[in-house]
Amino acid sequence: MATLTLVQAVNDALKTAMRDDPSVVVLGEDVGPKGGVFLATEGLTKAFGKGRCFDTPLSEDGIIGTGIGMALNGLKPVCEIQFQDFIFPAFDQIVSEAAKFRYRSGGQYTCPMVIRTPYGGGIRGGLYHSQSGEAYFCHTPGLKVVIPSTPHDAKGLLLASIDDPDPVIFLEPKALYRQVKGEVPEGKYTVPLSTLRTVREGKGVTVFCYGAMVPVCMKAAEQAAEKGIECLVIDLRTLLPLDEEGVLEAAKQTGRVVVVHEAPRFCGFGGEISALIAENAIEYMEAPIARVTGFDTPFPNTLEHHYMPDARRVLDAIEHVHGY
Amino acid sequence: MTSQQLLSVIEPDGSTNGHESGLSKDELLHCYRTMLRVRAFDDTCMKLQRSGRIGFSIPNKGVEACQVGAASALQKTDWIFPSYRDFGMALYHGITPLDMMHNMFGNANDSARGRQMPVHFSFVKPIRFVSISSPIGTHLPQAVGAAYAMKLRGEKHAALVSFGDGGTSSLGFHSGLNFAAVWKAPVVFLCQNNGWAISCPSSEQTASESYAIKAKAYGMPGVRVDGNDVLAMRKAMLDALDHARAGHGPTLIEAVTYRMGGHSTSDDPTRYVPKHEVEEWTKKDPVARFERFLATRKLWTKELGEKLYAEAMEEIGAAAKLAEATAPPPLETIFSDVYATVPQHIRKQGEASFELARRKGDASAGDGKFPL
Repeated sequence: MATLTLVQAVNDALKTAMRDDPSVVVLGEDVGPKGGVFLATEGLTKAFGKGRCFDTPLSEDGIIGTGIGMALNGLKPVCEIQFQDFIFPAFDQIVSEAAKFRYRSGGQYTCPMVIRTPYGGGIRGGLYHSQSGEAYFCHTPGLKVVIPSTPHDAKGLLLASIDDPDPVIFLEPKALYRQVKGEVPEGKYTVPLSTLRTVREGKGVTVFCYGAMVPVCMKAAEQAAEKGIECLVIDLRTLLPLDEEGVLEAAKQTGRVVVVHEAPRFCGFGGEISALIAENAIEYMEAPIARVTGFDTPFPNTLEHHYMPDARRVLDAIEHVHGY
Repeated sequence: MTSQQLLSVIEPDGSTNGHESGLSKDELLHCYRTMLRVRAFDDTCMKLQRSGRIGFSIPNKGVEACQVGAASALQKTDWIFPSYRDFGMALYHGITPLDMMHNMFGNANDSARGRQMPVHFSFVKPIRFVSISSPIGTHLPQAVGAAYAMKLRGEKHAALVSFGDGGTSSLGFHSGLNFAAVWKAPVVFLCQNNGWAISCPSSEQTASESYAIKAKAYGMPGVRVDGNDVLAMRKAMLDALDHARAGHGPTLIEAVTYRMGGHSTSDDPTRYVPKHEVEEWTKKDPVARFERFLATRKLWTKELGEKLYAEAMEEIGAAAKLAEATAPPPLETIFSDVYATVPQHIRKQGEASFELARRKGDASAGDGKFPL
């Protein structure tokens, strides 16, 4: 088994899918000979040719719009949007078109496609290379929203997303691209969508997180353990469709819940987790649910380390919820 | 021919300039009959809407030649990415008025299961008539992607994408034409310049001297066609399809035509369209023009026209009656087809709504089961 970084695991997944299935094509800005600005598509054009991995003109609307057309006509496009912050010109294509084709055509036309895009802060990218837009997509029936946090899951979830018959928004935590390494099996395997991963067992406080917040929450959980608070850390992995039963079960195990994400708090995904628990498991709760999130401001550049939740803030919430 | 000259075949008196394509008698009459069926479908739907039996329709009067001429050049293996004013293309290729009426009534037999507004058709057979959406211009890059898939697989098929003059201002027009030209995708862009984007005249849509001229900047041929001339439309499409199938890439066709009705049944064009304009274009009626051509070939008489129109009205009227008598879609169709498999959270919402409907006694037969 090879030890890969998260971005290498993404590359490995793409190579595996392209080798196994000739209908898989990769398109986006600079994904060809350059291999993408983060090198996620490195070597694909060389290995599979310009008909399988190709550069596009600089237009997100065009990338997703043509990707939809390819998906309608028998290909399995994996579109790369260079930074999630640049996806908004394609929002109409994603929300009005890809997400609705199956429904509005009674299943006659479908969009099996994956939209991969790096999201989140931690690289000093300022307002336009740092955002976490998962909530925009989670509010759209017809889409699936997937976020890996380890190399193993990045490959297995991406392969499951490419196999999926519906459009998947695959958000890659760019802060973790080279920060995390792990063992990745060779060849094809999948991690099923809509399944949670228990990162750490614990009876004291349940911490829900995903993407780049997983290592942050693990660090906080270790610090909490030193203070005698054992945390159950859950990596949600797929936000839509969410494993609701798994979330409720994990919440009930401790009765004390902290939800962590980088995205702004207001109407963020943490609100959905909180409401789900409040509606279905309020009688199990020993303390109010705490959210640790980005602020309801644009994403700052110089002070990004204050904006993004860190172990210090997560630990503070864990202690608060535990001591309530 | 420059991008400013208007390609035409049929002169106003019905004679031709020698460019007519080799259509047989039967094919010419199929074009004619389809134009009358478009008009009959249109007339029927306007009456159905005005009498409150359907909620909405989109008038097609005046643009029949654009649709039928363009569609006549396509093979069944080609794809149509239509706008909402294009159902003549579907009729030409054998989609039945009954299939269309099921959509107009949004009933259980509608291919879109009553989820869309009327006129937002979706068909896969006998030709790909791709599901229509209301946002403008989104289908242009989609047609390019579908066409590029054909090219990557080495097929000789092509895609036609149709839109109005208003659509040329959209984001999708730019990305669609640009991607298609760079990739040399086998796609034909058909801009039906009918003079109006709801209430905005072309002068408020572009400062270009034409729409066809925009092709030049994208690096593809641009052709301006008399859109009320069914044979000119056919010729322009055949040329563009030959070009596409030969691997030379896309063409932009600007069909100069006129929307003789309102934008939709919710629109009152008398508030903004000058009366003399409608009168002028009425003289250029594409159906009458084709009739004059057919008469020169001894293929048309007034009686034949009346007979074919009456037959079309009868067929479409019967389809409307049948569609109106068909039950609405069952409740579960709200929750199916969002994904290939119904996820847990949607299933729960569905079951809760079925349970409420049963409890209140207002569930209709067939409710409460997911079609899995």
